[in-house]
Amino acid sequence: MRGATHAKWVACAAAVALVATACGGGSDSGGGGGDGGATLSSSWGDPQNPLEPANTNEVQGGKVLSMIFRGLKRYNPETAAAEDWLAEKIDTTDSQNFTITVKDGWTFSNGEKVTAKSFVDAWNYGAGLKNNQKNAYFFEYIDGYTKTHPDDGSAPSAGTLSGLKIVDEMTFTVKLKQKFSSFPDTLGYAAFAPLPQTFFTDHAGWLKKPVGNGPYAIDSYTKGSQMVLKKWDGYPGEDKAQNGGVTLKVYTDNNTAYTDLIAGNLDLVDDVPAAQLKNVENDLGDRYLNTPAGIIQTLAFPFYDPDWNKSGSDKVRTGLSRAIDRDQITKTIFQDTRTPATDWTSPVLGEEGGFKEGFCGDACDYDPEEAKKLIEEGGGLPGGQVKITYNADTGSHKQWVDAVCNSINNALDNEKACVGNPVGTFADFRSQIGDQKMTGPFRAGWQMDYPLIQNFLQPLYYTNASSNDGKWSNEDFDSLVDKANAETDIAEAVKTFQQAEEVVRDNMAAIPLWYQNGSAGYAERLSDVRLNPFSVPVYEEIKVG
Amino acid sequence: MGRYVIRRLLQMIPVFIGATLLIFLMVNVMGDPIAGLCGDRQCDPATAAQLEKEFGLDKPVWQQYLTYMGNVFTGDFGTAFNGQPVTELMATAFPVTIRLTLVAIFFEIVIGITLGVVTGLRRGRPVDTSVLLLTLVVISVPTFVTGLLLQLLLGVEWGWIKPSVSTDATFGELIVPGLVLASVSLAYVTRLTRTSIAENKRSDYVRTAVAKGLPHRRVVTRHLLRNSLIPVVTFIGTDIGALMGGAIVTERIFNIHGVGYQLYQGILRQNTQTVVGFVTVLVLVFLVANLLVDLLYAVLDPRIRYA
Amino acid sequence: MPEPTPEPEPRLPDAHVPGPARTPQEGAIADTGAGGTMDLATAEGESLEKTPGGPLGTGPAEKPRSLWSDAWRDLRRNPVFIVSGLIILFLVFISLWPGAITWMSPLKCDLAKAQEGSQPGHPFGFDGQGCDVYTRTVYGARTSVSVGVCATLGVALLGSVLGGLAGFFGGAGDSVLSRITDIFFAIPVVLGGLVLLSVVTSNTIWPVIGFMVLLGWPQISRIARGSVITAKQNDYVQAARALGASNSRILLRHIAPNAVAPVIVVATIALGTYISLEATLSYLGVGLKPPRVSWGIDISAASPYIRNAPHALLWPSGALAVTVLAFIMLGDAVRDALDPKLR
Repeated sequence: MRGATHAKWVACAAAVALVATACGGGSDSGGGGGDGGATLSSSWGDPQNPLEPANTNEVQGGKVLSMIFRGLKRYNPETAAAEDWLAEKIDTTDSQNFTITVKDGWTFSNGEKVTAKSFVDAWNYGAGLKNNQKNAYFFEYIDGYTKTHPDDGSAPSAGTLSGLKIVDEMTFTVKLKQKFSSFPDTLGYAAFAPLPQTFFTDHAGWLKKPVGNGPYAIDSYTKGSQMVLKKWDGYPGEDKAQNGGVTLKVYTDNNTAYTDLIAGNLDLVDDVPAAQLKNVENDLGDRYLNTPAGIIQTLAFPFYDPDWNKSGSDKVRTGLSRAIDRDQITKTIFQDTRTPATDWTSPVLGEEGGFKEGFCGDACDYDPEEAKKLIEEGGGLPGGQVKITYNADTGSHKQWVDAVCNSINNALDNEKACVGNPVGTFADFRSQIGDQKMTGPFRAGWQMDYPLIQNFLQPLYYTNASSNDGKWSNEDFDSLVDKANAETDIAEAVKTFQQAEEVVRDNMAAIPLWYQNGSAGYAERLSDVRLNPFSVPVYEEIKVG
Repeated sequence: MGRYVIRRLLQMIPVFIGATLLIFLMVNVMGDPIAGLCGDRQCDPATAAQLEKEFGLDKPVWQQYLTYMGNVFTGDFGTAFNGQPVTELMATAFPVTIRLTLVAIFFEIVIGITLGVVTGLRRGRPVDTSVLLLTLVVISVPTFVTGLLLQLLLGVEWGWIKPSVSTDATFGELIVPGLVLASVSLAYVTRLTRTSIAENKRSDYVRTAVAKGLPHRRVVTRHLLRNSLIPVVTFIGTDIGALMGGAIVTERIFNIHGVGYQLYQGILRQNTQTVVGFVTVLVLVFLVANLLVDLLYAVLDPRIRYA
Repeated sequence: MPEPTPEPEPRLPDAHVPGPARTPQEGAIADTGAGGTMDLATAEGESLEKTPGGPLGTGPAEKPRSLWSDAWRDLRRNPVFIVSGLIILFLVFISLWPGAITWMSPLKCDLAKAQEGSQPGHPFGFDGQGCDVYTRTVYGARTSVSVGVCATLGVALLGSVLGGLAGFFGGAGDSVLSRITDIFFAIPVVLGGLVLLSVVTSNTIWPVIGFMVLLGWPQISRIARGSVITAKQNDYVQAARALGASNSRILLRHIAPNAVAPVIVVATIALGTYISLEATLSYLGVGLKPPRVSWGIDISAASPYIRNAPHALLWPSGALAVTVLAFIMLGDAVRDALDPKLR
C-alpha cells in the first residue's frame, strides 16, 4: 500500500549505472574493498499486481523490475538523463518512424539471447487487451494500438501492433501514430523491457520466478513475505552488482521496517516514515539519504463541479495556494524531505529539461492577507468550506492535509474554512475520483514515469488524459502540448511545454505543494548507497562490509 | 452425544451461509476494486472492463456470491489481485497466526488463571485491588498503544527482542506480540476466574474438602479450580476465532504475515476473494471452537451430559 | 454462556439443546479489539441470573425492599461508586461546557510549535500539528463520551428488546435470532469497522455509533434473552398468567423489572469499551473525522510521534483510561450491589 500512494512507480532501468563509471566500474565485481559476495536486506512492500513489466505501476514492484530488467534506455541515477543501454542506436528522420538496433551480447539470465524479437513480443504482449496489462497505454502512440486494444473493450481485431516490424535479428522499426520527438527517451520505462520466451511459453512458471536480463536474478520468491535476489555473475552490462545479492523483505508497516533498521535487523529502508524523520539524525547520523526525486504533490480540483469551475474560481484557487505555508509544513511535518514547489514539474528535470524555479511566482508564496483578498474577490469558498480528500491508509497524508488545513484556517481566520476528508482505502479513494464524486480539492501525487517535462504535464492536464482526475480542460493548453510533441528540436519542444505550463499556472489548474525527495536510511555495514531520481535505491552499487 | 454433535453441525450450515453472505455484501458495497489497481491513474476503460470480467465483477452480486460459494465447496477460494491463489495465501498465513494464537492463549491460561485464583482467594485484599486496577488499565489502553510501546522499549531501547517478526515466525519471536494480543483477553480471564473462584469458595463441596482435612493446595487445584474453569474455558474457546481474525493491529505493528495482515491487505485493496475466503475459514474455526468448548463442559463437569 | 457455577437443574431451557440445562452455544462470545471487556461484561452480567427467584427472594427477615432501593443503599456507602460517579459527573460537565476550564479553541493550531512540551498557558504541551493538547483533551471528552453513551444506549435498547422478545416467546423466532447473533459474533469487529465505515462519507458521530450498535447488539440480546427465560419460570410470572394477564403486561410489569439488572450492568461496562474501540477505528483511519475533536483521533494521530512527543499521546490516552476505568468501576459497583450473593 505504500507503493500505491505514489502513483506509479516507474523507473526501472533507472538504477544502475553511473556508478559503474564513478567507482571505476568496468567489468568484474567491483574493485577491491567490501565483500563482493555479501548480501543485504532491504524493506519491501507486497506488489499489488503480478510482476509483469507492463503490469507493474507501483513502486514496490518497480523496485524488483529495476533489479532484474534492463531496457533499451536507462535513466542515469544521478542526472536522470536517458542513456542508450541495450540500444545500439535509435534513428529517426521524422520523429514518427524509428529504427532501433539492439546491442549484441546481451542475454537473459537463463542464457537466452536478447534480440529484436524479445522487445517486439514483449510490447505486443503489453499492448494486447486480453493480457490485462495495466500499463498498456504506454504503447498507445504505436501504430495499430487501437486494434490490439480497442477503447470500447470490444474484441481486439489484431494480435500484434502493426507499427512494430522486425527487420533482422537485432533490428526493428517502430511507427508511431503521430509525431513524438521524445519517444526514445520514454523507452527506459519498465513497460518497454524485453521478455524471454519462457514468459510466453510457461507464463505461470515465469510469474513464480521471473527471469530478466538485469544485474540480479531471482533466487527465490515467496509471495507476500520475501524475495531473494542473487547477483547474476553472467551479467554483461557495465553496472554489475557490487554485492552478492539483495533480500527484499515485505513489511506490514514502514514504521516497523524503520524500527528494525535501528535495532540492527535490516540493512536498508527506502521509505522513512514522516513521523520518524525527526529521529533520523539521532538514530542514523550520516547514514541517511534525502535525495530529490521526480515526484510532485499537488492539490487537484473537481472541474466537473460547477462550484469550482465558474468565473472567479481561479482566484479562489490562487487564494488557497497563497494560504498554504509550504515552508513551515515541509520543515515541520516533513523535516525538509520535501521542498516547497514553485512550478508544476520537478527539479530533477534540470533547467534544460524544463524545470524553472519560481515559475509559479507570487501565486505560490504564503501571504495570508492576499489569500483572504483573492478568495473574497473570487466569490468566497464554495459552500463556505473546502474539504481536502485523501486516502488514510498510508501514514503521512493525514499529517500534511491537517497541516495544510490548519494553515488555510489560520490564514483566513476561520477555524472551519478547511477540513481534511479521509477515505479509508486507496482503492475507494480512486474509485470516488473515477466516479467524479469529489466536491473539493483532493490529494494528487505524481511520480514521473520518465524524466521529461511532457510527463509532468500531458497525463495530468491534457483534456481527458489518464491522470487528469479533475477533468480540467483547456484548448490553449492542448494545442500547445500537441505542438510541443510534434517539435523535432528538443530545446524548442521544452520551450513549448513551458508555454503550456504557463496556461496551467494562469488558471491554477492544480495547486503545487512540494517536490518530494526520496528518503532512505541504512546500516553501518553498507556503503555507496544512493537513491535514483525515481526514489528507488541503486542496489547494484551498494557495497556490503 | 453423537446426535447432539450432528445437530450442532447441521445448525452451522445456516450460520455459515449467513456469515459469508454478509461479508460478501460488505466487501461489495465498498466500491469498485479495479479503481485502485492503476495507481493515481484511471485504468483505461477497456482494461478495466476486461479485469472486471476476469474477476466476475460484471455480474450481479447474488450471482457472484453463488459462483463463489460453488467454487468454495470445490476447494477453490479464488485468486488475489496479484495473481496468487487465495488457498496459497491461507497456507502461509494460517500457520503463523495459529502459532500466535497459541502463544496468546498460553498467556491467557497461565497468567490469567493464576492471577484469577490469587485474587479470587483474596477478594478485597490489596492484592485483589492492585490486580483489578492493573487489568482495568490494560483494558482501557488501546492495543496499538501497548504494542508500539512494548516494541520501542523492548526492541529498541533495551534490545531484549527483535522489534519485528521474521517470516519464519517462530514461537520465540511471537512471545511479545502474543502478550500484546492476549492483554485484553488476559484481563478478562483474570476477572472471570476471580468471580468464579470467589463464588465457589463458599460452596459445600469446598467446605467438605476442607473439613476432611485435605491440604489447602489440593482443595484449590482439585476441587475449587476444576469447578471454576467452565466459564474460563468457554471464553478461551470462543476467543480463538476472535484472536485469529482480530490480530489486525498486532500483526501490523510486529510485522507478522498472518491472517490479520492478509485480511487488512485484502480490505485495503478491496479484494473480495481474499477477504471472504479468510473470513469464511475464520467463521468455521469460530463455530468448531464453540462446539468443542461445549463438549469440553462434559469433561470438566461430569454432571453435564449430552443426549 | 460462561456461568460461574454449573448447576445441574435446567435453568435456561433452550429449544435447541435438550440435554443439559446450560445452553452451550450461549458461550459464543465474539470479541476482538474491544471485545474483551464486552465479554467480561457478559459474563459478569450472567452471574446475576443465577439467583433463582431474583433478588426479591433475599432477606426474608427484613421488610421487603425493592431491588433498587436495596442496591442504592449499598451504593451510597461504596467509595468505589462515589469516586467513579464523581469522575463521570465531571466528564459530563466538561462535555457540556468545555469552555469552562479552557481558554483556547481546540482547532487553533500553530505548526511552528509542533511537538513542544509543556509551557505556561499550555500545561500539556503541543501535538504534532501544534495544537494545544490540554484544550483538545478537554474538548475531546464531548465526542468520546457521547459516542460511548449513545452506542451503549442503542445497543442496550435494541439488544434487550430483541433478546427479550425472543426469550419470552421462544419458538422459531428465537431460533432465527440465535443464529443471527451467531453470524454477528463471527465477524471480527475490527474487520467490520474497516469495511462498513470506509463506505461512509458522513462526518458525524452517528455512523460510528451505528456501527457499534450493529455489531454490539447481539451481546446484549443474548444476555436479555437468557435473563428473560430465567425470569419467565418464576412463580410470580406463572401466577400473573393464571390471573389472566396479557403477554404485554407480563412482559412489561413482571418480567422486565426482574430481567433488566444484568443488562444495565453489562451496559455500563460496555460503555468504556466503545470509547476505546473508537480510538482503534481512528487508528485504522475509518473512525471519526476532523474537525471533530476526540480522544480517539488524537491518540491515533499522536501514536507515530511516540518517541518525540510522548505527551501528546499520554494525555488523551490517560483521559480515555480514566474514563473507561470510571465506567468499569461503576459497573462493578452496581453489579456488586445488585448481587445479593456477594454481600
